[in-house]
Amino acid sequence: MEKEIVLSVKNLNVKFKLRGRALHAIRDISLDVYKGESLAIVGESGSGKSVFTKAFMGLLDKNGYIESGEILYKGQNLAAFKTEREWQSIRGREIAMVLQDPMTSLNPLKTIGAQIGEAIQLHQGLKGKDLKAAVLEILRDVGITEPERRYKQYPHEFSGGMRQRVVIAIGIACRPRTLICDEPTTALDVTIQAQILELLKSLKKKYQLTTLYITHDLGVVANVADRIAVMYAGDIVEIGSCEEIFYDPRHPYTWALLSSLPQLGVKGEELYTIKGTPPNLFQTIKGDAYAPRNPRALKIDFVERPPYFEVSPTHRVRSWLMDSRAPKVDPPEHIKKLRSQGGIYR
Amino acid sequence: MTGETLQPGRNLQITGEIWQSKRNLHMPGKTDRKKLLEVKNLKVSFGERRHKTVVVNDVSFDIYKGETFGLVGESGSGKTTIGRAIIRINPTMSGDIIFDGKKINGTISRELDREVTRKIQMIFQDPMASLNERAKVDYIISEGLYNTKQKYSKEEKKQMVDKVLQDVGLLSEFASRFPHEFSGGQRQRIGIARALIMQPEFIIADEPISALDVSIRAQVLNLLSGLQKKRNLTYLFIAHDLSVMRFIADRVAVIHKGVLVELGETEKLYARPLHPYTQALLSAIPMPDPKAEKKKVLKVYDPSLHDYSVHKPKWVEIEDHHFVLCNEPELEKYRKNQKLYD
Repeated sequence: MEKEIVLSVKNLNVKFKLRGRALHAIRDISLDVYKGESLAIVGESGSGKSVFTKAFMGLLDKNGYIESGEILYKGQNLAAFKTEREWQSIRGREIAMVLQDPMTSLNPLKTIGAQIGEAIQLHQGLKGKDLKAAVLEILRDVGITEPERRYKQYPHEFSGGMRQRVVIAIGIACRPRTLICDEPTTALDVTIQAQILELLKSLKKKYQLTTLYITHDLGVVANVADRIAVMYAGDIVEIGSCEEIFYDPRHPYTWALLSSLPQLGVKGEELYTIKGTPPNLFQTIKGDAYAPRNPRALKIDFVERPPYFEVSPTHRVRSWLMDSRAPKVDPPEHIKKLRSQGGIYR
Repeated sequence: MTGETLQPGRNLQITGEIWQSKRNLHMPGKTDRKKLLEVKNLKVSFGERRHKTVVVNDVSFDIYKGETFGLVGESGSGKTTIGRAIIRINPTMSGDIIFDGKKINGTISRELDREVTRKIQMIFQDPMASLNERAKVDYIISEGLYNTKQKYSKEEKKQMVDKVLQDVGLLSEFASRFPHEFSGGQRQRIGIARALIMQPEFIIADEPISALDVSIRAQVLNLLSGLQKKRNLTYLFIAHDLSVMRFIADRVAVIHKGVLVELGETEKLYARPLHPYTQALLSAIPMPDPKAEKKKVLKVYDPSLHDYSVHKPKWVEIEDHHFVLCNEPELEKYRKNQKLYD
């Protein structure tokens, strides 16, 4: 089946001006997002994953700008958008965002009904009874019981998980094609987290959404993602299908991220940790950005930036380890174990 | 109940290999373990008269010296309140907290208060909010020392600060910096150093890693278990994340709405959970394994499945060191389920 591309990012470079210096937050990313898929973008804090998606919606901070590159969406180049009016034709209507912290992203002075209604009124022009009916339907969709009563309540009367449901309701209220979920479960309990992920999956089916998940926790995305992109220092270092990333990861950084999960830890032994800190993005990065922290780094990693190597048509890795001239490096134990779990996949 | 209730155990078996412990529990034999902390029928309430709510109801457990005791529950279940009651921040309504053989809740002598303040320390959840933004690191770390009877000279304090900074893996020159100059992981290390300088015996770690990135989490967990070995510390580890618990805790207690529902040795509890709430929590653990995830059945705990109108629930030791909250008919059922696990 031919997959239709909804969003195509080409050689995107985003910079921030800070005290006269330029911080290179997104370094030359190219990415295609297919219709109806769910793509997870995984990385440490500061890797640029939020900035990357904010660039799709024109939500970069004032000192941030797109230096070069294209963001193609339905034949339009979003990177060339200048005015708010242009952005408003995309924001909410086409691409909507579910923000990270449900405790701070709702207005404490307005009722839940009014906050969801605001979005519907703006985008669908409904009023009065129709508006209320639409809001109640969305509340039901996101699994809020007794919507009639909840409609009139204020955010402080909701628990964290319920607030996250409200934030999701606002996101889908404008019937977007693409939904970006920025750390949708980070602030939540494990049980609630699982419920919210289930909810997002069912909404995706119902509204035929294309979803982008942003998260720092690889453990969370195994359930929801079709494809996973691993970001490091403003660049996608590995991208592949969910199975490929978990059962057959190739980039040393992906290995490190997976190995440091407590789920994989053995009690009484040290958990794997990534030594050092992410690079300073004010300076130009020479070679592979991960090399200084990589115990298996090759000499070439410090000299030249690796190109993408293709493992399979869906799986690309930016690492010199994949080069035919590179020595064979065995992945760590944890990764081999994961690979054996892949069973039929391998 | 049918075999269906055993789903979580079966789920975990899919990925059983990575769960296996290479270590036998490092605890000494069960008979010679010394109780460091005993909590007996603890009740904590907030509010006055009509607005009174009991948030911790009749909770009892023991913590042995040198172990890591995990307390798991959702937000609002009262797990932090228990921690705060032990460290004497929240007053207790009834029940006893006994530390090292002495009762420490309610009114206690000044001397005992000092001793307890030194011996029990806490590590807080959010490293971004729990450090004094206007104080330098050396003051933040040494602040506890000002409150002890013992007077330390400036030189002594400096040495002690240097030492704990080293212990938590920070450089001694960080002492003259302000908290905003540090990353989340480093700040949490400062929070740990601040607890360590008092040379405590018992540390309450209240969600010490839930505000951190996954890669930083591993560092802090390693640091905590390393310190435990080096200094023979006892931890009460409070968290909502069962996957972390499995890695760090020797025994785990599960709390739901202020009541303990199950308590057992970690491996046993994870392999054969009895209470439906524990099963629900276990089923929610996210696994880094797409195949297992796609097969996963999410269990939702419904408290109304318990019929406590006739038989009141009791805290029963169903097997050695494995407690569960249940009434008579449920006990029968759990016993049967246990056999199914074998």
